[in-house]
Parts: sequence; C-alpha cells; structure tokens
Amino acid sequence: MESLNTRRMSALASVPTANVGVASDLLGSGWNRRTWLKTASLAGAGWLTPLASMLARADEQQGGRQRAQSVILLWMGGGASQLETFDPHPGKDISGGTQAIETNVSGVKLAAGLPRLAEQMDSISLIRNVVTREGDHERGTYLVKTGYSPLPVMVHPTLGAILCHALPIGQTDIPRHVSILPGQWYGRGGFLGDQFDAFKIYDPLNPVPDLAARVPDDRMQKRLDDLQVVENAFARGRMARAKATLHADTVARARTMMTSDQLDAFDVSKESAELRAKYGETPFGRACLTARRLTENGVRCVEVTLQGWDTHASNHDGCKTQNNILDSAFAALIADLKERGQLETTIVICASEFGRTPSINGFGGRDHWPGGFTVALAGGGIRGGRVLGRTDPDGARLTPAQGRKIADIHATILKAVGLDPTVENIAPGPRPIKLSEGSAIAELLA
Amino acid sequence: MGAKNLVFGGLCLTGVLALASSLRPRVTPEQWQDFDPAPYKQAGFKEAVAKINRSFRELWLQAGLAPSPKADDLAIARRVSLALTGAIPSLEEVRLLQSRDEAHRIDWWVAGLLKDRRASDYLSERFARAFVGVIDGPFLVYRRRRFVSWLSEEIHNNRPYDELVRTLIASDGLWTSEPASNFITVAIKPDDNDVGVQENVLASRVARSFLGVRLDCSECHDHPFQEQWKQSHFNGLAAFFGPAENSLVGVRDGRSTYQVEDRDTLERRTVEPSVPFLAELCPDAGLPRQRLAQWVTHPKNKAFARAIVNRAWAIMFGRPLVQPVDNIPSEAPLPPALDVLADDFVAYGYDLQRLLHLIAASEVFQLDSAADPNRPGQELTERHEELWATFPMIRLRPEQVVGGVLQAASLATLDYQSHVLFRAIKAASTNDFVQQYGDFGEDEFSDRGGTIPQRLLMMNGELIRDRTVEGLLQASSRIAQLAPDDATAVETAYLVVLSRRPLAEESAHFQARLRGAQSTDRNGAMEDMVWTLLNSTEFSWNH
Repeated sequence: MESLNTRRMSALASVPTANVGVASDLLGSGWNRRTWLKTASLAGAGWLTPLASMLARADEQQGGRQRAQSVILLWMGGGASQLETFDPHPGKDISGGTQAIETNVSGVKLAAGLPRLAEQMDSISLIRNVVTREGDHERGTYLVKTGYSPLPVMVHPTLGAILCHALPIGQTDIPRHVSILPGQWYGRGGFLGDQFDAFKIYDPLNPVPDLAARVPDDRMQKRLDDLQVVENAFARGRMARAKATLHADTVARARTMMTSDQLDAFDVSKESAELRAKYGETPFGRACLTARRLTENGVRCVEVTLQGWDTHASNHDGCKTQNNILDSAFAALIADLKERGQLETTIVICASEFGRTPSINGFGGRDHWPGGFTVALAGGGIRGGRVLGRTDPDGARLTPAQGRKIADIHATILKAVGLDPTVENIAPGPRPIKLSEGSAIAELLA
Repeated sequence: MGAKNLVFGGLCLTGVLALASSLRPRVTPEQWQDFDPAPYKQAGFKEAVAKINRSFRELWLQAGLAPSPKADDLAIARRVSLALTGAIPSLEEVRLLQSRDEAHRIDWWVAGLLKDRRASDYLSERFARAFVGVIDGPFLVYRRRRFVSWLSEEIHNNRPYDELVRTLIASDGLWTSEPASNFITVAIKPDDNDVGVQENVLASRVARSFLGVRLDCSECHDHPFQEQWKQSHFNGLAAFFGPAENSLVGVRDGRSTYQVEDRDTLERRTVEPSVPFLAELCPDAGLPRQRLAQWVTHPKNKAFARAIVNRAWAIMFGRPLVQPVDNIPSEAPLPPALDVLADDFVAYGYDLQRLLHLIAASEVFQLDSAADPNRPGQELTERHEELWATFPMIRLRPEQVVGGVLQAASLATLDYQSHVLFRAIKAASTNDFVQQYGDFGEDEFSDRGGTIPQRLLMMNGELIRDRTVEGLLQASSRIAQLAPDDATAVETAYLVVLSRRPLAEESAHFQARLRGAQSTDRNGAMEDMVWTLLNSTEFSWNH
C-alpha cells in the first residue's frame, strides 16, 4: 500500500502538469507573470486537473479497500473550551466544577455535557495536545483550516479547497466544497482560485438562494440560445481568449446544477422526522444531516459551523448550551454514517481556532488559549477510540515540543484520502507550496 | 408619513422626467463643457506617449508579433469608465461621445471623467485598499469612511501625490479632524493598555504601497527569494513608527522606541530607525515619521514613482505592468514604459491625473482585445498578452459588475447628482451584491477564476431580476416602448448594456425576437434580451 502510494506520486512528479508548466514559464519570462497559459490549458482539459486525472486513473487500477472520499468539518466557531468538551480535568482547579463521564471506550472520558457522543467514542479519536501560536480568531481560523500560518504574501487554500483541486469530480453536479452556516472565514480557494471557494448555504430549512430560474423553462432555454449568438459575436478574433475566460463553462456548470437531481441533497425534509430529531431540530443539527446527504452525492468537503463558543463570560453556561446542540448532531452523524456504511469513506473532524484558558476570569469566562487544545477525528479509515497527547492537569501551557502541530492533522487527513502531503501546488511568486508541511500521525492511520 | 410622501413624490417626479427625456438625451453635463485639450497637445505629453508607444513597438518587433488593431472608440470609452468610475458609460454618455470630434474624443472623455466626482469617489476606494486595507480596524479610533472621503477630496483636487503620501506617513492629530491620521490609527495595537502602533503593519504598508517592495517576509527572517532584503531592513523601517502613539489629542510621536524579540534567545533589543536603501536621501534630523516621509517621496527615490505608476497602470488595465503590483524588482529588466511614466510623473509634479491620462492615451491601452480581421488566420497568443500586443481581458471586479448592471438599467448617467432615490438603491444593492459575488479584498489584481455562485447570482439573483423586469424607470421597458422600430430597439439595448452596436447577425436575430410583439410581450422580449446581454462573457469582462 505504502509503496504503491509512493510510486504513484513519483510518477506524478514527472508528469508535466499545468501548474509546473506555468512555473517554468514564469521563471523564464522576466517581468511578466501572467497565468494565461494556466487558464487556457484548464479550459482545454475541462475541469479535471492533470493531478486529478492521474489519481482517477490510478484509483481505477488500484481496486482494493475503499479509501476516504469526503471530509466533514464541524467547526466550533469562537474557540471551544477543551475542558468542557473533549479534555475534562474533573476535580482539578482548572475544571471550575466541570464533571467527566465514561465513554464506550474504557479509560477515555468526555466532559459531562456530551453523553450521546460518549456512546460513539469507539469511532472517534482525540488529539488533546494541539499547540499553535495563534490566539486571534482570524489568524487561528486561518491556521487550523489551511494548515499554514497567515502570510502577507499569499492566501493558502483551506483543506476543502485542496481536496477539490486534487481529487476527481466524478459524477457530481453540485459544488463539491460547501460551507453550511458559514462564519466570516469560511473555506476559501486562496491561491488555487475562487472557483474552489466553498459554496455557502444557511439553515437547510430554507431553499438554497438563486437556484431557481426566474422564468419558465422554455423562456430560459430561449434566453440561453440567444446567449450563444452574443457569445459567437464576441469570440470573433478572440476565440481562444474568450474560451480561456471559462465564462461559458461556468454558466454551463451553474445550469447543470440548477437542473440536477442532486439538488435534493440540500433538502433535509426528505429525511424521516425520527432521524431529524436525533440530529436535533437546530440549524446545526439540520446542517450536519445535510452534510451527510451532500457527501453521499460526491461533495468532497462540507464545513458546518456552530458559532457561539467565544465564552469570555459565563463559560460554563455557554458551553452547556453549545454542548446540547453539538452532542446530538455529532453523535447522530457518526451513528448515521456508520449505519449507512459510509463512515469508512467519510472523515469527520471537530475543531476550532484555539481552545480556552485553564484559568477562569472574573466574569466566569475562559479566554483564548492556543497552548493545548483538542481536535477530534473520526471515520475515513482513521482509527477510533484513541487518545493522543495530554494537557497539564494544573493548566500549564504546553511547549511546542510537547504539542502536536495542526499541519500534522492536515497531513493525516490528506493521507487518509490518498493524497501525498508533500506534493506541491504552485502559488504566485512563483513558489511551490506543499499540500501540507506536517507529517501524518501513524498511530491514527489503519 | 412625510418620508413616504417624499419618496412617492420623488418617484413620480423621476418617472415624469424619465418619460420626458427621449432615447437621445442632449444635455451636456458641466464637467464636459470646459474641456481644454491644450495640456494633451503639449509637446511633453505627446513625447511621453510617443516614448511609451515606441518602447512597446520595439518589443513587438523583436518578438515578431503583429499587435491587435486599434479598438473602437466606444470600447476604449468603456475601459476608461470601468477603470475610473467602476461603471460602464450610460446611453446618455455614449450619445455625448458620439457627438464629439473624433480626433480628441478619447482625450476629451478621459479628461472629463477625471474631473467627475464619480472618478475621485471610485479611485479613492481603490487606493484606500492599498493604503489602509479593507478591514474595519480598531473600534472608535479608526474611521475608514472618513479616510476614504478625505482621499476622494484630495484626488478630486489633484493634490500632488508626494505631498499626499507625506501627509499619510507623518500625519498627527485626531482621526476625525485629521482624516489622514487613520493611516496610522488603523494599526493601533489591539491591546487596550497599549497606546502604541503595530510598527510591522505600517512598515509593510509603506514598503508595499509606496515603494513596491514586499519586505514582509523579512519580518521573521532574511528574504528567501530576494537576497537583498534582510530582516534588519524590515526592522529598521518599522522603527520609524516606534514612537507613534495614540493619545487624547490623537496621533503623535511619544518617547517609546521599537523593540524586537529575538526568536531564539527571547531577549528584547531596541532597533534604531534606518532605511533599506539610498540612505543618503534620508534626512538626519527631524521627527522619525517626517524623516521617513521625506525619504520615501524623495525625487531620487525611484521606487516611489515606479510603485504608483505600476498601480495606476493596474487600475487602468486591470493588470499591473509588473506582477505583482506591489513587488517591483530593483534589478531585473523592467518594461521601459515603467520608467518613462515614472520620470514624467516626477518631472510634472507627481500629477496623478496626468499619469492616468498618459496611460489611457498610450497605444497599448487603445488596442483591441481581438485579432486584426484584416489578417485572417492570425491567432492571439500568450506572447501577445505578455507583451501587451493586445488589450488584456480581465474579469470585472464585483463592484464594476454591479455598477454596470445598475447603469445598464438606466438610460441617464447615474452619478452623485442623480436623484437621491437612485443613489440609495445603488449604495444598498452594491454592498449586498458585492458580498455575495465575492469581494477581492486587499489583494486587488490577482485573477482567480469565476465561480458558480457568481453565475447563479447573475442568472437568477434578485438584483438582475429587479433591473430587467418591466418598470417605469427600467431601460428595458423604456427602450421597448419608445424605440421607433425593432432595429433601433436592438441597437439601443446593445449600446446600453455592452457599449457597442450589434453585428448584423445579432441585430437580425434579436429583431426576429421582437417582431410583431406588442405591449407586454414586447416588454418581455426586451427583458429577455437585456438578461442575455448581462449574462454574456462580454459584459462580465473588461476587453
């Protein structure tokens, strides 16, 4: 398996991909660094990047065990307290009275507010010693979602964009990167391009905006026929350039989406009342259920945000409310995926931009704390029931050497979906940027 | 109740005015009347344009490229409007333009727009992105809107650019009464107990915006790609902002110094202000920020003029002369036009309006984006794009798209003098639409591919629906009702949305759609046509 992977990637490295072509072109041409070639060659190859088509082919030949296909990121916006969720220290001063409960894995405890999740613990692993340098919401979010610290010279793509860029499209008509209940810093394509930005939707109770045509089908068709006349006129003398804009392509894809049966995936009302109740009749619960429906239709990455964890005041009350929402939705998602046989191919991550201070401030709150917090992982071939790393029961900050880097978690996920983290994309500059600079966590990969 | 009446009254008044004006408005707005072509006939101006043209001609000759032919005047006017006002020309403006003497038509157009409030309002927003970014900044002590409207005033009055920049860097005082000082207060430290500024943020702004150098990488280590930049360069620049602080009387220089922490030993040490190059141009005496301001804007500091030339070029073309816009190498071979424009800029007193006009007057700006129809079989290549032998095709920015949609829905020019009702609609729907379409933020000139949500928004979104369906004020309805015949109706719609006349086959196709349709049907057919034109590649791209 490992050797096959290596072989595949080294074969890839020798393929002159569009990106590499651009790089040499850029290096060679002194003062001009236009990416026209890139767009032009993209236009020719449709939407399958050379990397993607290589992978698709390799996948066909490989057979064997199915690997992870999709990622669902449960984003705890504002910075969830590790002490009130995945890393309780009952009886210690830093707990502030928070109790712990047993889970279905002996020796692993969760905070008292997550009883349903405790029953799914054998599928979930916890990395309790994540350490970063970023204590600001925007910077922390950037780091955790992209695997890189913010740099002023470029914008890195988030994990979902990296996956959509590298993995084949298959039969998916709907956007493959979706953010439900997005916060301010949702999944972005960064230097890979805006076309890899997450498609944003809100509470799945409401229809997705702008999907329905404003005129009846026959009239819409007439409009699109007319559009061809205008496009033909514009293409005169600039056929290749007009094509390279990908405008017509994007119109066609938007049109495919508007008329696709897969739009059903956005409609949670198709699910039984019983199942919906399990996820919880909250926007977040509905969003998690929608995430499952979307990944079933080939969506590569769904980000589901639960805001409200920035508990600078009344931390314990705030976490109680949040845990109620998170517990049903997260637990139901794992159970539901398992029941449908999809947990093997779907990775679920629960993370936030940082954790919260072990000390409790004068308002009964906890402040920002990048010095030791938890990321939970499940599914997609990642081993469950493990706990990696630990935080100090008395609240000391972990040193970087004691901690786990965010990049390692990215590398682990990339490995699980069959991508080599050391493969490079070319950012403007041009500079080669690895999919992730971390190393995969061997203990978690089956 | 009073407000309601006022709105209703306004609506009626606008409606009556709208119907009263024909499809061929004749009024010449005042800024167009006093155009004096003299400055643009001066030897110095013409010489600079000729030099730029020659430099590109030479490049093309060496590369064996035949450039695109000159573009149609209306196509050039569209580019100028998009660059300077963020919208397309109105029908009213198209008619005005057509009425002018061909020889000076474009000069007249550029000069007129540069005097127009729409241009200073729009350009100030574009420049503000480089100067203070797009974030809301620290609460209370930073007012972005105040800054932008001050900048608009300065641009409108054509304040010499070196003076403008000196004011920004060295500004003191309250962020409300001295709007330039928001350049400093946007970088106030987020910690409430610290009155100082984030020196590194300001150093990076100065380097990128005013010098065209990305020193940021050198903040943490020596620059990995451009060896001449050391960490000490960045720190020295940041140290000029060490004493800056915010007090009850606003921004001023206090007694603090700039300190950095050694990443290995964690020791703190004080850094003295120093400039990264041409140290002899930096005055020894004076307040630190004033010294820095003098050095940055020194006539011999070529990086300063080059940086603004590259940005002005990017605003006009949608793509900088040297990529990326804020990183111009000091050693590598540069396009000769960069220095022709930079030298002219310094020689003519840092005149921003002159700079923008020179660029617009150059041959490369006026080239078509299509190949010469007289050379059948000639294909435009990537090489043509690289060497500016054809006009670059650039995706419109979101506010240009919305500006275009709103302008296309109205026959008269939408500007700051327009009826208050229009302006309110414009402000509200611009922001909403820009949000959904996806703003570029600070990273102004990177081409990043279009998205499906953008297309959905244009095909099915509320704004497009509201701007095309039948209504008293909508261009589509008015053309449908007022055009004397189908051919005129089609031509007018093309002029309104795409700023050009239809080709024969286009005209025939759409005339057939309109033929025989009466009243509601005719409105519907016109709606369909405007929707189609708005959803074309041509509308969404600068070309």
